[in-house]
Amino acid sequence: MSRTSRRKLLSALFVGFCGLSVTLALAPLALILFYVISQGVRSLNLAFFTHMPAPVGETGGGMYNAIVGTLILTGLGSAFAVPIGIMSGVYMSEFAGSRMAAAIRFAADTLNGVPSIVIGVFVYGVAVLPFKQFSAFAGGLALGIMMIPIIARTTEELLLLVPGTMREGALALGATRSKAVFGVVLPAALPGIITGVVLALARIAGETAPLLFTAFNNAFFTTKLNQPIASLTVQIYAYANSAYDDWHRQAWAGALVLVSIVFMCSVFARIATRRLEAMRG
Amino acid sequence: MKKTLTGIALACSVIVAAHAAQTMRINGGGATFPNPIYSKWFSEYNKLHPTVEINYQSQGSGFGIQQLTQQTVFFGASDGPMTDEQLKAAPGAIMHFPTVLGAVVPVYNLSGVTAELKFTGAVLADIYLGKITKWNDDAIAKLNAGVKLPATDITVVHRSDGSGTTYIWVDYLSKVSPEFKTKVGVKTAVNWPTGVGGKGNEGVSGLVSQTPGAIGYVELIYALQTKTSYGSVQNASGEFVKASVDAVTKAAAGAAANMPADFRVSITNAQGKGVYPVSSFTWLLLYQDAKDKTQAKTMVDFVKWALGDGQKYCSELGYAPLPPSVVKLELAALAKVKTS
Amino acid sequence: MKRSSDLTFRLGTGLFGLVLIFIVAAICFELTRQSMLSIHKFGFNFWRSQTWDPVSGEFGALPFIWGTLYSSILALVIAAPISLGIAVFISELSPAMLKQPLVFLTELLAAIPSIVYGLWGIFVLVPVVRSFEASAPAALRALPIFSGPPFGVGMLSAGLILAIMVTPFISSVAREVLKSVPLTQREGAYALGATRFEAIRAAILYARTGIIGAVMLGFGRALGETMAVTMVIGNNPRISTSLFAPQHTMSAVIANEFTEAADPLYLAALFEIGLVLFVITLAINGCSRLLIWSMARSASGSRAAATATPAEVAA
Repeated sequence: MSRTSRRKLLSALFVGFCGLSVTLALAPLALILFYVISQGVRSLNLAFFTHMPAPVGETGGGMYNAIVGTLILTGLGSAFAVPIGIMSGVYMSEFAGSRMAAAIRFAADTLNGVPSIVIGVFVYGVAVLPFKQFSAFAGGLALGIMMIPIIARTTEELLLLVPGTMREGALALGATRSKAVFGVVLPAALPGIITGVVLALARIAGETAPLLFTAFNNAFFTTKLNQPIASLTVQIYAYANSAYDDWHRQAWAGALVLVSIVFMCSVFARIATRRLEAMRG
Repeated sequence: MKKTLTGIALACSVIVAAHAAQTMRINGGGATFPNPIYSKWFSEYNKLHPTVEINYQSQGSGFGIQQLTQQTVFFGASDGPMTDEQLKAAPGAIMHFPTVLGAVVPVYNLSGVTAELKFTGAVLADIYLGKITKWNDDAIAKLNAGVKLPATDITVVHRSDGSGTTYIWVDYLSKVSPEFKTKVGVKTAVNWPTGVGGKGNEGVSGLVSQTPGAIGYVELIYALQTKTSYGSVQNASGEFVKASVDAVTKAAAGAAANMPADFRVSITNAQGKGVYPVSSFTWLLLYQDAKDKTQAKTMVDFVKWALGDGQKYCSELGYAPLPPSVVKLELAALAKVKTS
Repeated sequence: MKRSSDLTFRLGTGLFGLVLIFIVAAICFELTRQSMLSIHKFGFNFWRSQTWDPVSGEFGALPFIWGTLYSSILALVIAAPISLGIAVFISELSPAMLKQPLVFLTELLAAIPSIVYGLWGIFVLVPVVRSFEASAPAALRALPIFSGPPFGVGMLSAGLILAIMVTPFISSVAREVLKSVPLTQREGAYALGATRFEAIRAAILYARTGIIGAVMLGFGRALGETMAVTMVIGNNPRISTSLFAPQHTMSAVIANEFTEAADPLYLAALFEIGLVLFVITLAINGCSRLLIWSMARSASGSRAAATATPAEVAA
């Protein structure tokens, strides 16, 4: 075989491999989604969204408190993580060569590898034991800690990708460093940063272990932040580990709702990104 | 749109605030085994007393004991009684109150064998020790005359997570097999000589149902609900008993005669006719002298209800109710909990 | 005035970065403090011992270290090429109208809760793996890596599920990185008559530090994954090279036994496992940083050569 046709063959094989990779990734996605939908859709009715969990044997139970709880917990987590993550990302990109930036980067990567259950246990020691109280605060803290590294690193990478000319232009016009970054560079990278936040949200929305020791769970409805609060993941976990078909079906319905919530956040983020990019022109 | 939303939010917060002003919220955690009946009880109790919200979460017996010791929950629940060291580590005296009874059954997967298999404690111990490795082993065949057992390897399945179910199982095996007692011992999580671990009753049941030739142990209720076939076990009187609500209550009835004052007793391998040998109490744990006396009073009232009216919910959920002799002793002990 | 505002900016953002560092340091401190009992009793033997016996109070971390590393590396070996393939496909090869949907779909994989992965694993993946294991030819079974009875649960299932879980992370970041490679790199390659593969390879080489960063992100994810792994790995703390053997990981043992560990030494041993995992993550992180740093140094040299104009080169 001539050299040229060998190179061409290699190229064709490579392209084929890439296409195959996509199908290999989409196949389990389709299988899992199909499984979750087929198992969960049967139990999805209005009662599911508006009722409290019912004990075994009683029909009409729902996960109203868990849905509200998940929204509250992810909200708390984001409120804690987004400022810390974005600001750290700004520091790491603006002062990229400094030792402090290297230290922050290293810390973020390490934090990313800490298992969720260890973070849960850590927050238990710090925010639950001293007050002798499980609380939504502690749960939000645990989730927030898990979100920080993803947001920080994504922010850093994306800020670094913004062309240097934009920052230099702003500085040349007499802007302070902070104005240049927050007024020009950050908005330019905002769409990607939103993707980072959504990725972080997706990561924590499906976590059970950190909530077991912090938010605990609650069979009743509450929005008080210093009380245990229900969450979809812990409720799914409890139901899935039970013996009852009715609870199993509700667990799958809960899983479907959870995936849908994250799905919707992702769609929303993409639309917001598109709008922002259009606005900037 | 904005105005409507604000209006709704205000209305909600007013309702929540008004509700919160009078509600008594008590948190408890512990054993997974009684979770279904406890969730029924707390829900029914809340219907009778709408201002009392008792939030019980089943994260495990050990978790319940841990959290109770740390006082992050007001009461605990455990499938295995607290040990002396655990009691010493707690900041105050903790009392045990048996609430219901349960059992652990051997489940297996042998397609082609339609008959119900009979096991003795010694045989089960040897299987879990890895000494009996094939289904057609003489020891099993002797107990099941007339059943054609295949030459398949036995795949042993146990729990990977610490659990009260494991505690009951190894407690029984250690009583009937001295070798098991020395080699493995009794705890909620042990060093299994052989086999694979499944997470939760679900995990064990899933593994057994999908692995031909597997044997595992699950809670009776779990086996009944999932309609898994399980074998009978020989009791101390020599009878082969298949676990049932009746057989489990009988195990406790014998125990009432020699019940220790703190109710910390194991009823595995109990004496008596018709007794199922792998049975156990499950306990509710309360501080004798808790700081919050109003919560203590609420819990005492609840336990009184659970030991009385509450017991009628047992059978529909597959739990064995407590024998009246034990209930009488408990009500007397309840009086010792300080409520003022 | 400008100088002080810049200083405020640096201090202000730096403070948030400090919070991040503080959290990591606090976790390390807390883990160490809670494992003191176990550290005193076992010392370095904890890293070498293979016994895990809660009843007799003998604890050793080696089987879990083995399981975590084996499953994570296996997951990376499967996921990294596939994720790269996806990233390349989306950024370079796919028709424009497929791009957004494909991006969306691969990110959806990240949205599935780990417990759902675990349940799907038990009910769908494990039976498939079991039948695969049972039908493997005897010649293959003779090799130690494929030996053992076909349980279905084991290292292979764990590796597969972890691979699926880390793919969206690696491919998303790799895709963003590839998007940022200047068009000139590829155009130059095509101008020189390169095939598609060769042009893309040039882009990948250019972006290799970012791609390694993406793989490390996935590795961190795999190391720390708890729920899904514990449901399909068999939870048997024995060291085995076989893909078919049920094994155990550090995260899984903590998740399984933490809530039931009611005596101080047992609890301390579990905390120490958490500490061991933390230290291993630090070490792997450190190594990848060194790798990236050394690659960046050589890349800057070659990058200067690549962007030199012909006139400069000829001069």
